[in-house]
Amino acid sequence: MKKTIPVIICAVMLLGLFAGCGGSSKTPNGVVNVYNWGEYIDTNLIAQFESETGIKVNYKTFESNEQMYSVLKQGGVSYDVIIPSDYMISRLISEDMLAAIDFNNVPNYSLIDDSLKNEAYDPDNLYSVPYMWGTTGIIYDPAIVGEVDSWEALFDEKNSGNILMFDNSRDAMGIALKYLGYSINTTDETELNKAYELLKAQKPLLQGYVMDQIFDKLESGEAAIGPYYAGDYLTMHQDNPNLKFCIPKEGSIVFVDAMCVLKDAQNKANAEAFINFMSGTEQSMANAEFIGYTSPNKEVKDLIDVDDFTKAIMYPDVATLANCEAYINLPQETLDYYDSMWVKLKS
Amino acid sequence: MKKKYTGGRIFTALTYVFLYAPIIVLIVFSFNSTKSRTIWSGFTLNWYKELFNDNLIMSSLQTTLTVSVIASVVAAVIGTFAAIGFYNMKKKWRGPLLTVNNIPVINADIITGVSLALLFISAGAALGFQLGFTTLLIAHISFDVPYIILSVMPKLYQLDRNLFEAAQDLGCTWFQTVYKVIIPEILPGIINGLLIAFTMSVDDFVISYFTAGSSVQTLSMTIYAMTRRRISPEINAISTLLFAVVLILLVIVNMRESRQHKVEIKKEKMLKGLV
Repeated sequence: MKKTIPVIICAVMLLGLFAGCGGSSKTPNGVVNVYNWGEYIDTNLIAQFESETGIKVNYKTFESNEQMYSVLKQGGVSYDVIIPSDYMISRLISEDMLAAIDFNNVPNYSLIDDSLKNEAYDPDNLYSVPYMWGTTGIIYDPAIVGEVDSWEALFDEKNSGNILMFDNSRDAMGIALKYLGYSINTTDETELNKAYELLKAQKPLLQGYVMDQIFDKLESGEAAIGPYYAGDYLTMHQDNPNLKFCIPKEGSIVFVDAMCVLKDAQNKANAEAFINFMSGTEQSMANAEFIGYTSPNKEVKDLIDVDDFTKAIMYPDVATLANCEAYINLPQETLDYYDSMWVKLKS
Repeated sequence: MKKKYTGGRIFTALTYVFLYAPIIVLIVFSFNSTKSRTIWSGFTLNWYKELFNDNLIMSSLQTTLTVSVIASVVAAVIGTFAAIGFYNMKKKWRGPLLTVNNIPVINADIITGVSLALLFISAGAALGFQLGFTTLLIAHISFDVPYIILSVMPKLYQLDRNLFEAAQDLGCTWFQTVYKVIIPEILPGIINGLLIAFTMSVDDFVISYFTAGSSVQTLSMTIYAMTRRRISPEINAISTLLFAVVLILLVIVNMRESRQHKVEIKKEKMLKGLV
């Protein structure tokens, strides 16, 4: 029987190992599982929230709305707060995946700019609290492409070889549709076809379809013009002060990333506490300074310590904004059209 | 003749440039003072400083290291006993079973990842648990075990079968034979396997991505999620550190192997001398 003892010891040690991992450290007020974009929070805020409320934050990150969506659909996971973009929110609402937020638990909601409430993706304002927003515009080097005030510059032969374009179908089509004067949420096939033809004609003029490579290409002068987000223009401008930004006269795209609570959230009260915390003025300031996008908190606009140039990019005037549209979710057949069109375009 | 020799040298040098140029660029730009990945604008250690202040990166690094250490140690225990079992099996069974053991090594990670995720999700639905640290750990253990077996088996083949019987003749129980005679003899194999399993765990993205669930995130997952916005040079900094750690581990493994090889040659010589 002597030989069984070491075996038992080994077994106990192994079991202990597993038990130790299974029961993650208990915190007095439970946990909240947060799912956000990568590099999209001042991480000090998480620690601050934990020490103020005693709620432990399990913080995870994703790199695209579609990736987040597939993780939620795959199952076996339980997030409380997610921070998707506008059109993904409308999709989640239409699939009944979001819980209505109890705004009594989110008093800081009153600090959110009214112009960002009742957007098309959540018309009755039941499911979302804006987290960050911004516009898309053209970033260009005037020494090479001249002054720009229209999307036309992206389709102009004289800029051939210097142009960059979004490497995602929604933004690329959105720009083409805007240039043609249509809605970015159109489902009309003739309009979509016209936009596709425009992109097809643009392709030979392009240096490439890019996402975050655009930073290096424009900063180093390898390319001279391309569409991107206003907040990211500010980063590029620090490295290459020659670059300018414009929101084209045809109007542009405004995006909103907003905090939502999932229907099957297990910690709804904690989720609301987290949303309320992140909407606070001090926290919104810290976040806006870290991320460089515009905070929806209206107090931040007056308090934020940036120069006038930066402020003008962060907060475009009302008339320009009125000309901008936000994405909403498209019906499945239109999404299929986008997919097939995009494959054809890129092959 | 001599000409051919220099040609070979140039070829070797080019191969190394090809293999290591990207890593050198990565390391150089971890010291760049701006976020640019193309323009060198001065030396700084800021990214290393920021790296250690970034809670998210540090906590995912902690997860990665915890999972890798526990998974490789547990896998070493399981794998060693499995290897001893294989070794004592009839040849008829050993061959096919070892082939089965190789499948996870050769199999695409994505298949292992998806299948483990499906298993955990369906088992979780039945038993009422969710993906989390435990499922991540189990997944890592399961893909680490084959590497241990692969590096322990050759050591067992080198083992003198008579040792086992001699130990038992001298009064060892079965368990004493294992931990006093067999384990010390195959220990180099176990440690090499442990180091390989550890680096495989640190490396892994795909399998972790599918099995980690909503509460934990490994370092590779954190890096992947940063690609929407410009990847911060903090990533260069941490990659540099990880590269250094893996390099050191590999050097240790290789040094151990060559030392063991020398010891064996010496042993053989001594035995021959005795005969």
